[in-house]
Amino acid sequence: MIIATPRAAFSRALCIALALGFNAAAHAAEVVVTIDNFVFNPPAVTIKPGDTVTWRNADDIPHSIVSTTPGAFRSKALDTDDKFSFTFTTSGAFEYFCGLHPHMKAMITVAP
Amino acid sequence: MTDEQNKRGLDRRGALECMAWAGTGLLWTVAGGVPKVSRVLGSTAASAQTSGFTFAQISDSHIGFDKPANPNPASTLEEAIGKVVSAKDKPAFMIHTGDITHLSKPKEFDDAARIIGASKLDVHYVPGEHDVIDEDNGKAYMERYGKNAKGKGWYAFDHQGVHFVGLVNVFDLKAGGMGNLGAEQLAWLEDDLKARTASTPVVVFAHIPLWTVYGEWGWGTDDGVRALDLLKRFGSVTILNGHIHQIFQKVEGNVAFHTARSTAFPQGEPGKAPSAGPMLVPADKLRTVLGVASIVVKQGTQALAITDTPLA
Repeated sequence: MIIATPRAAFSRALCIALALGFNAAAHAAEVVVTIDNFVFNPPAVTIKPGDTVTWRNADDIPHSIVSTTPGAFRSKALDTDDKFSFTFTTSGAFEYFCGLHPHMKAMITVAP
Repeated sequence: MTDEQNKRGLDRRGALECMAWAGTGLLWTVAGGVPKVSRVLGSTAASAQTSGFTFAQISDSHIGFDKPANPNPASTLEEAIGKVVSAKDKPAFMIHTGDITHLSKPKEFDDAARIIGASKLDVHYVPGEHDVIDEDNGKAYMERYGKNAKGKGWYAFDHQGVHFVGLVNVFDLKAGGMGNLGAEQLAWLEDDLKARTASTPVVVFAHIPLWTVYGEWGWGTDDGVRALDLLKRFGSVTILNGHIHQIFQKVEGNVAFHTARSTAFPQGEPGKAPSAGPMLVPADKLRTVLGVASIVVKQGTQALAITDTPLA
């Protein structure tokens, strides 16, 4: 039997608050885009404002992530298994390409 | 080719085309602006004779690469330099058509310079896209090789009556595009060529092919056709590129196009391989798909002969 002392009640309330807090943070999703055989996969991703996209290079050749929107986002060259993350805070359609192999193009759509 | 076709060389365009993917060597002889395959490599090689000269081309050494397609590109670059040094016709100089390094790191540039320096030859470089991916967008390359060049590293020089032009097509690449020369460089090229007579043999070298080898993989240069337009009036033009890690040859009018093998690893055949990435071949076959090119210039005949030599 659990005895609800004031101290235990406070602990339980704190736990619930923390859990709620974590839930709120977890609402911002992380989406992974893998670069494989000179292709961004998936090539089109739709996310909500506040979500984060993480790119991972699975190729034996470096790639980079360059937004066609000036200044929006740009990674350094990613060697094999290197990652780059960007959190999208504003809505819009963000086309990007590989700065080394510009025929590689893909899109991130941010919509509430 | 008939004599009649040879006579019509100056106005003949696109009738002769030859491509040889990785694994074979062909010797090209260019006479009066019309190159022809004269013999398969392995028989007697072309000689510079008394009044010409030879220069060597190496490409895509990718120092720093360490993946299964070649865990040690430093050793294969050393072997390539060995081939250049031991050539029967000692090259007057060497050109490197880019991707010296894999990741533009200082140590990679240092190692490449040490290995290539063992040739004791003057080396004329142009950058590949792998040489300008430092965080300062090409500063590492420019500090080493671009100090006496124009713009982002382009330049020209003359050797025994032949005009050499090193172009840079790996900066400011556009989404969905291929290689890029840019308006500033094209204006410089137009000005540089203006002073040359049409009979001057011209050799142009750049990393990414100046013509479209395979658009789906970005194997071409968006504004390359503008450079080729500027070269149209010349009787003998040779375009030397790298980037695609295999031999591709084409002749169009007075222009001979040639891409060199890599000294590091092969890449797949366009449309057949799943991507433009490194191609894994059995270790005992690797040296048959890597190599160097030797270009012979015979004075007076405007003849250039390109010989591709595999490492093994």
